[in-house]
Formats: sequence, C-alpha cells, structure tokens
Amino acid sequence: MTDETTTAELRKDVPAQRGSDASAEPAVKVVREWQEIWHRFAANRLALVGLVLVAGLLFTAAFAPWIAPYDPLKQNLMNTLQPPTGEHLFGTDILGRDQLSRVIYGARIAVFVGLVSIILTLLIGIVLGAVAGYFGRFYDTLVMRTADVFFAFPLLIGSIIIITVTGRGVWPVVLSLAIFGWATVARLLRSSVLSAREMDYVHAARALGAGHLRVITRHILPNSIAPVIIFGTFNVGLAVVAEAALSYLGVGVSPEVPEWGNMLASGRGFIGVYDYMWTLPSLAVVLTSLGFIFVGDGVRDALDPKLR
Amino acid sequence: MGRYLLRRLGQMVIVLLGATLILFACLFVIPGDPVGSLGGSERARDPAVVKQLRQQYGLDEPLVVQYATYVGKLVQGDMGEDYTQRRQVSEILLPKLVNTSKLAVAAMAIDVLLGAAVGTLAALKRYSFLDTVVTLVTTLLVGFPTFVIGMLMLNLFAVQLKWVPVIGDPSDPVQLILPSVTLAIIDAALVARLMRGTMLEVLRADYVKTAIAKGVPKRQVLLKHVMRNSVIPVVTYIGISFGGLMGGAIITETIFNWDGVGMAMSTAIQQQNNPIVVAVATWTVAIFVVLNLLVDLLYAMLDPRIRLS
Repeated sequence: MTDETTTAELRKDVPAQRGSDASAEPAVKVVREWQEIWHRFAANRLALVGLVLVAGLLFTAAFAPWIAPYDPLKQNLMNTLQPPTGEHLFGTDILGRDQLSRVIYGARIAVFVGLVSIILTLLIGIVLGAVAGYFGRFYDTLVMRTADVFFAFPLLIGSIIIITVTGRGVWPVVLSLAIFGWATVARLLRSSVLSAREMDYVHAARALGAGHLRVITRHILPNSIAPVIIFGTFNVGLAVVAEAALSYLGVGVSPEVPEWGNMLASGRGFIGVYDYMWTLPSLAVVLTSLGFIFVGDGVRDALDPKLR
Repeated sequence: MGRYLLRRLGQMVIVLLGATLILFACLFVIPGDPVGSLGGSERARDPAVVKQLRQQYGLDEPLVVQYATYVGKLVQGDMGEDYTQRRQVSEILLPKLVNTSKLAVAAMAIDVLLGAAVGTLAALKRYSFLDTVVTLVTTLLVGFPTFVIGMLMLNLFAVQLKWVPVIGDPSDPVQLILPSVTLAIIDAALVARLMRGTMLEVLRADYVKTAIAKGVPKRQVLLKHVMRNSVIPVVTYIGISFGGLMGGAIITETIFNWDGVGMAMSTAIQQQNNPIVVAVATWTVAIFVVLNLLVDLLYAMLDPRIRLS
C-alpha cells in the first residue's frame, strides 16, 4: 500500500482500497495524488504562464462592471472613432463606445461560450463514448458511425449551418459547437474505455456483482478519462476562437453585444486607418487561446506524462 | 488492399448519406414553410394556390421521397436556385471553386513543405539556436486565430509596405502569396511540431540504431528509415487539417476579398442567401470525406500494419 501511494500513477481505483479498513486510507492518498499532479503541472513553466493568463481572463469576466471604465453599450455620437486618449485609453468605435470597456465585457462572452460549450461537448462525448466502448457491438457501431457523420463536418462549417437555421445568439453558438465537437471526445474515450474494460479490476468488480453503471462510473471512467480532460482543456481556447470567428462572419452572437469577433468584424474596414479597432480585441483572443493551450500542455504533463 | 479499399468505400457512402440527411433536415427547417415564404402576403394564402405550389415543389410527397429526390439532384450537381440572382447555385459557385482550389492547394503545399522542412531541421539540430527559435515561434503561432493573422498580414504587407494591393486578384499568382500563407501558417506550425516530435522519436528507435551500427550511410538511414516513418503522422494530420483549412478559407477569403466559395459563403450569410450556404457546406463535407479516404489509403500504403489489421 505505501509503495502504491508514493508512485501514485493516477490509480484512484485500485481494488485494494475497497477493503474494510479503507476508511482512513483514501483521504491521505487523494491529497498526495493531487500534490503529485500539481507538482508535474508546475514543472511546466509555460503552463504556469497559461494559468496566469486564464486567471486574468476569469477575473476580468467576473469583475467586468468594476474594471471597465465605461458602460460598453453607451454610445456617444459626438465622440466617434477617437484615437487613444487619457479619457479613452484605447479609443472609441464608430458609435463612440469605449473600446477598452467593450473588450473587458467581451471576456464574459468568451468565458461563457468557452466553458459551457466544452462542458456540453464533454458530457455528450463521455456518455456516448463510454456506452460505445463498454457495451460494444451494436452500440459501438451505432455511436461510432454517427460520430463519423458529425466528424465529416468541419467545426466552423457545421456551426454556420446550425446557426443559419436557428438564428444568431449565444446559445446557438454554444450548442452548435457541442453538436459538432462531441465526436472527437467520443472517439478518444471509446479507445481508452476499450483498454480499461479488459482490466482485472473491472472483471473483479463485475464478479462481485457491481452493476454496469457502477462499473463504468467508479472503475472505468476514472482510469480512462485523462485524455478527455486534456482534450477539454486545450479546446476551451479553440472554442473561444471558433466563437469569435463565427461572430466575425456574422453568425455568432448578436452584433450589438460587446464581443471580440464583433469588434474585429467592425474593425476590418479600418485596417491601416484606425488600427485600434482590431488590435486590442485581437490581443484578447490571442492571449485567451494561448492561455488555454499552455494550461492544456501542463494538464497533459500532469495527467499523462507518457504523452510528452 | 482490395478488401480494405472496399470496406473504406462502404464506410464513406454511409458517412455521406448521414451528412446529406443532416443537411436535408437543415434545408427543411431553414425556410420554415417554404411555400409560406414564397407566397409572402396574406393574399397568397389561398388554399388552392398553396396546394398547387406544394405540388410544384414536390412538398406533398412523403419525406422519404423528398429526401431521395434531394439526393438524386445532388448527385447530378443540381443544388437549386439561389435567392438573390435566381441562378443555379452550382453555376454561380463552380468558377469560384477554382479560385478556392488554388488557395487551398497553395496552402497545403506550404503546410507540408515548410512545416516538414522546418520540423526536420529542428529535430536534426536538436537544442541548437534554430531549434529553440522554431519551438518558440511554433508554440506562439498556434495561439493565433486565422482572422488575426490575416488582418496582421494585410496591415503589414498591403497597407504599410504596399507590396501587394488590398483587394486580391485570383488570376495573379503573386497575389496568391499573402492569402495562402495566412491560411497555411498555423497548420505549418503544427506540422513542424509534429514532424520534430515524431522524428526525435524515430531517431531513437532500435531499427535506426541497427542501421547505423551495420554501417548504412547516414544519408540513406535518414531517407529510408527515418523519413519514411516520420511522415506517417504528418500525412494523417494533413487529412484532418483539411476541414480546418476550409473553415479558414472562409475567413481568409473574406479578409483578402478573394473571390472564392469561402467569400461567397460569407456574403451569402450576410444576405441570408441560404442555398449558397448549404451548397458550400455540402461540397466541403463531400471533398473532406473523399480526401480523408485518400489519406487513409496513402497511410495504408506507407504503413502495412494498418491494412492488415
């Protein structure tokens, strides 16, 4: 047992834990395991940079009303297209709205779309991937062929089609990103479930009378979910970029919402003339996407050192 | 190889049928009741007129028959009329497809050649100054979305340096450079990283050590043992990346005013010209699926383990 805890290789669920004297053991083990994971994460310097960027984004989104110097929707037609001044640090847009405040409020859309769409993507992908991998045969064929169909749609193209049907808005964006994103998660999880399914501890649990749901949630998922978590972390940034791209093309959130893709779209006509319209929202998108990529890198090192 | 080919072809047909089913569903939901929007005003709601229109467009048939008709027309290249010009969609899009193909082929060439070359150099000269620069640049580049890169390029080369005009002319090969680099650069960075990673792994492999130990010339080891095994993941990646490339093409063409299907789609989105949007999506999916089949076959040729399993 002691040897098990020190080498702690993401084995949350060794059957030995289920002994009658297990009540005190797991708590100690979990703490050590998390420390170990954090240790491997923090060994990656870029991951720490990413963590700072992501924390900055979350902070900006949470406290936008307190950070933003102006109301992002307040128009001032007497003061349009102003270059940066002490009053408006990054100038004003075509309707005289404060650029900095709009970028700050844009963080809210980015965080919401990024997190919610990834949570939905993971939920659908995990459920279907686990069913396909665990039950196999008919379910496997059904889920995987369906995944192939959704996989045939490039993310941006699929989302455009869905939003053409539903109309613009935050929820259509979130849902369309999940609808065309789950297939990758299902594939990832299916293949790791396939190998976890044949482990001795799974056979032991089945022999002891555990039901399918219990075997999947307590024994198989904890041991096969690492690749999915890694994918999820990387893809929050990608979802933010995809959302900005959709808004940029006119199929994202409504045009009046302060959002980075919308700002970039209205800045497109002012390249070389009034660059403040697109440089600041560009920077916000780039820092966000880099932040999640770096954190994803660290999460990969932490959860699956073999993948390095 | 023959059986493998047959199995993959069968899978492809199933995927294409599934994809057309999704698109068919969208075609049906998009206009609400197509006849209602054709009629427009209250006057046109005369039951007799509606009935005649429904018959004319085949809307009184069961959904299965309508789907079969839709697929049948699709196979013949008939994608209906667009809303603004009342012209055949395929007639409008075909000339634009040529322009987009130019862009996509140029971008793919840059992906493979630049990405693989840079990745190979970085792997062979590991820990050198070049390797550090490559790692740093590629790490940062993957965080840049296509629209940001496009706007930066346009600003730098077209507006500030005035090397190329702001509006792209697809018939001038020089003007292909800026949009194709924009479209390719992120994938090229990913290919470079992938190539460097696999190459470092292959260089450590036992069969490479054996080849060197038995005195095979270094150049031959690199070409026959290292390269052949290092390009396999790159080939797969190129197939997968095509989907992103088409998404990127919509944005790139919009930024550089490149008269291709991507810009047609982006304009159609603004004008709610849905037949064009659906047509571009259909073509993209079809090309993507066929290309992935070709990549899988190439992959099976490069690595015999695939086709035997």
